[in-house]
Amino acid sequence: MKRLIVLGALVALPLCAAVATADTVPDAVKFDNGAVAQSLTGVAGDPADGLKVATTRPMGNCIACHVAAGWAKFADPGDIGPALDGVGSKYTEAQLRGIVANAKMTFPDTLMPSFYKTSGFIRPGDGYTAKAPTGPIQPILTAQQVEDVVAFLMTFK
Amino acid sequence: MMKLRKQATAMMALGLLALSVGGMARAADPDPGVDLVINGDTKLVTRVPAPANIPGLKEVYSGWLFHDPTTQAMETDDFSNPAMLAVDAGNAAWSTVMGTEGKSCASCHNGIDSMKGVRASMPKVNKAGKLWSLEDYINDCVTNRMGAKALGWNSNEMSGLTSAISMQSRGMPVDVATDGAAAPFWKEGEKLYYTRTGLLELSCASCHEMHFGDHVRDERLSQGQINGFPVYRLKTTNMVSIHNRFYGCVRDTRAESYKEGTDPLRELELYVASRGNGLSIEGVSVRP
Repeated sequence: MKRLIVLGALVALPLCAAVATADTVPDAVKFDNGAVAQSLTGVAGDPADGLKVATTRPMGNCIACHVAAGWAKFADPGDIGPALDGVGSKYTEAQLRGIVANAKMTFPDTLMPSFYKTSGFIRPGDGYTAKAPTGPIQPILTAQQVEDVVAFLMTFK
Repeated sequence: MMKLRKQATAMMALGLLALSVGGMARAADPDPGVDLVINGDTKLVTRVPAPANIPGLKEVYSGWLFHDPTTQAMETDDFSNPAMLAVDAGNAAWSTVMGTEGKSCASCHNGIDSMKGVRASMPKVNKAGKLWSLEDYINDCVTNRMGAKALGWNSNEMSGLTSAISMQSRGMPVDVATDGAAAPFWKEGEKLYYTRTGLLELSCASCHEMHFGDHVRDERLSQGQINGFPVYRLKTTNMVSIHNRFYGCVRDTRAESYKEGTDPLRELELYVASRGNGLSIEGVSVRP
């Protein structure tokens, strides 16, 4: 099964030779009550990289919608979603991984985008070009970027 | 921006801002007690109870109420409103001959004041049963009566004419038909309004019904009303049409967007216009 998944990843991402073949592909992520117990990469997340992903627009851009002490040095965080202070205590790592990967598995009506998902979209686009994608849909974040954000959020005690 | 945020915080402290619970729409006036008065004498309606067929809103608000005082002020005086340049250009174009038939708009329609009320009822089902935007009616004249090439939806020529025509309805309430021949188009527009598109899976309602008044980074979300269009957008320093704004919004959900002048956007225009039935047509407006 695992070999099949890996093969799937290789077929789906023919141009991304650098992608670690051990990554769980989005459609194969197992959610349990919204939580994802297993690391998507097997490589520990880096909180410093997580900060960058969380505060950069073409990446996670968590700051667009959330206030958090973790990015207090950046101006004008958005306030669409809840403040994230304390989420590292409120949730387990598995719950946070599930929420970052696909928050709709935890909060069915949430507006939060699913950052590690490649199917089930209506009129998916190619980034912000307004055009349809020319190849397979890539998730908004890579598996390792999800792990980095989760590691960063786990520091929000 | 900071000032607005402080104001919002103070309002929350006073309990005036009905915070949403479980995705319910907010009910609070974004800028209570402030009126839009243009040139010191023309008071425009910027807040009215929501139309009966818009259950997601209690009250509807002009985008003008959501913006910082500097941007608001630009619209209260036509000399400081950059969109008035487009109006001037459109007024000049109105009586300029174009095309093979030797006609200008004025040849058939006389003074542009004959266009009073037109903008307030757009988009509208035409005699052939198709839903047309103001741009479609203009291009119908331009191509079939004047013998000229159709104007580009986003062209300066088009925004000049839509701006000058819109000015003739300044102060009139938005009054688009949603029943009769318009009903099926309106229904399609409503469907699109609530469809979560793109990789971000956001609908118009996600931001403009559930979160107006809130911020995406430093951008304050309005209800997405279109009574102020055409607008001069400070961010892009040009005139922006209704369809062009829709195109950009859908694109920003990381979606394959809809092009200006296509049926989905005409239908969406009808539905969104109807959400603002009763608000004043502002003529031309200024937005961030």
